[in-house]
Amino acid sequence: MIEALQFEFMQHAFLAGLLASIICGIMGTLVVINRIVFLSGGIAHAAYGGIGLSFYFGWPYMAGAIGFSTVTALIMATVTLKAKHRTDTLIGVMWAVGMATGILLLDLTPGYNVDLMSYLFGSILTVAISDIWLMLAMCGLICCLMLYFYQDLIAISYDQEFARIRGVPTTLLYIMLILLLAVTIVLLIQIVGLILVIALLTIPPFIMERHSRSLAKMIIGSIILSTLFTICGLWLAYTYNLTSGASIIMVGGVVFFLFLGVEKALFRFNKIS
Amino acid sequence: MERHTGINLDMKKKKLVEIKNVSYAKNGQKVLLDVNFNIYKCDFIAMIGPNGGGKTTLLKLMLGLLKPTSGSLRIFDETPGKASQKIGYVPQNVHINRSFPITVLDVVLMGKLEPRTKWWQRKRDQDRREAMQALEIMHVADCAGKMIGQLSGGQRQRVFIARALITTPELLLLDEPTASLDTKGKTDFFNILKELNQKISILMVSHDLFIVSSYVKSVACVNKRLHYHDQAEITGDMLESMYSCTVEDVCPVELVAHGLPQRVLKKHDEHEHHD
Ligand SMILES: Nc1ncnc2c1ncn2[C@@H]1O[C@H](COP(=O)(O)OP(=O)(O)O)[C@@H](O)[C@H]1O
Ligand SMILES: [Mg+2]
Repeated sequence: MIEALQFEFMQHAFLAGLLASIICGIMGTLVVINRIVFLSGGIAHAAYGGIGLSFYFGWPYMAGAIGFSTVTALIMATVTLKAKHRTDTLIGVMWAVGMATGILLLDLTPGYNVDLMSYLFGSILTVAISDIWLMLAMCGLICCLMLYFYQDLIAISYDQEFARIRGVPTTLLYIMLILLLAVTIVLLIQIVGLILVIALLTIPPFIMERHSRSLAKMIIGSIILSTLFTICGLWLAYTYNLTSGASIIMVGGVVFFLFLGVEKALFRFNKIS
Repeated sequence: MERHTGINLDMKKKKLVEIKNVSYAKNGQKVLLDVNFNIYKCDFIAMIGPNGGGKTTLLKLMLGLLKPTSGSLRIFDETPGKASQKIGYVPQNVHINRSFPITVLDVVLMGKLEPRTKWWQRKRDQDRREAMQALEIMHVADCAGKMIGQLSGGQRQRVFIARALITTPELLLLDEPTASLDTKGKTDFFNILKELNQKISILMVSHDLFIVSSYVKSVACVNKRLHYHDQAEITGDMLESMYSCTVEDVCPVELVAHGLPQRVLKKHDEHEHHD
């Protein structure tokens, strides 16, 4: 493992993994406590439309994907705020339509020969240095916003009405959250691909949720778990020549089920004694 | 009476809430019709009425969480929502996310939330002391360090009342705050309210008519329309018109027939009719 770090691409992969873990820990925690996992899935798949758009018009990947997913995310956020009971259906439709748009645009792109797999499952080993800078900037932005709005975010996540009565700008914060989520998801697609992005976003917070005494502790725990998953996954991918994204998620999944098992066993044990 | 016919004889009483001809409809269904209602300083009003009568809706209109279809509301001489920080609110249903990572103490501290004061500027010790005091008043101080999801329904309700108390409100809006409290909890709670009422105006939705009638100063009956009764007295007639018996609702008229209430409310004025 250590000798692997002499390769530049491995150093980049590690840096990207570390940054992704921090972003994931924060945003994933917010996704889980706000119960917007399905919405995140919608954004991730709609982002595929953005990827198609980028190829069709020859734009840089990031520009198309971020643009497209922020627009869809904004539409979804508006729907969630205005017509709560219709949300699931509409997200489901946008999910599918976004994905279909992407595929059709790729079909229409002349001489299209991009590796589709790298977008479905990610390519952390080929991540560009410019993307790392972008992730670093995003990471800084998310951390600052999280620190500044910490209490307001807890309040709107726990009891939105009460937050509003106390004067918290709930709608604005919700839209900010969804926009950050859209950008986060596009960045993470690079690492683990769009199929697995939701798993990386939600598994660590799911494990931490019932065992944290505060949001801050849940976030820190999730960051540590994500880092663990990405490093172990990378090592497995490097050693056994496996797909990196899938390895990362597999580590997460195994830990998740082990955790559930141990939790259940402890519960039984407590009941007996 | 003198407070409700428009001529306010007691000019010293500050008007906190003024509701004029307010109607509210949701999906074409009329929920509130032409409601006129004022709350003055030091009022202690019980709001009664059948389920679905529009009580929660009226409270949310006052808080600015809903917008009226027609009519106007003035809360502390401002439009609703502007002055909601002066209102302590205990909601009927706090959405329950049992695994939310937050302790009881932190839930109460949410009452000290001021968007302009960020967490690093807060007077932590003082806030904490106030929160503990509020929890003590509600007899749940020993739960302060527990996770909110581990409490029983009644305990959680006490915590939310404590959260409303530390907002240092001028007006308390309580939406069925005693619904899941035990009998002792209820009497305790009404005694606390009576004490608070010396400084704070209180509007409380409650179905505990007979306990309520010995504490409150006036009663507002809400069933689409609102009828206000200055003295806390209850007649069978009034209840009959305000309540329709539903399966989950013990019909108070029946209780009246058993001779429980000691006092009797004046009948509604002639011109006030419900549909
Ligand atoms: N979110 C909602 N969507 C549609 N109708 C609603 C909603 N909330 C309340 N209502 C309607 O408004 C009416 C009054 O409800 P509510 O104010 O909660 O009554 P109460 O608190 O007196 O039991 C009910 O008839 C209900 O059907
Ligand atoms: Mg109600």
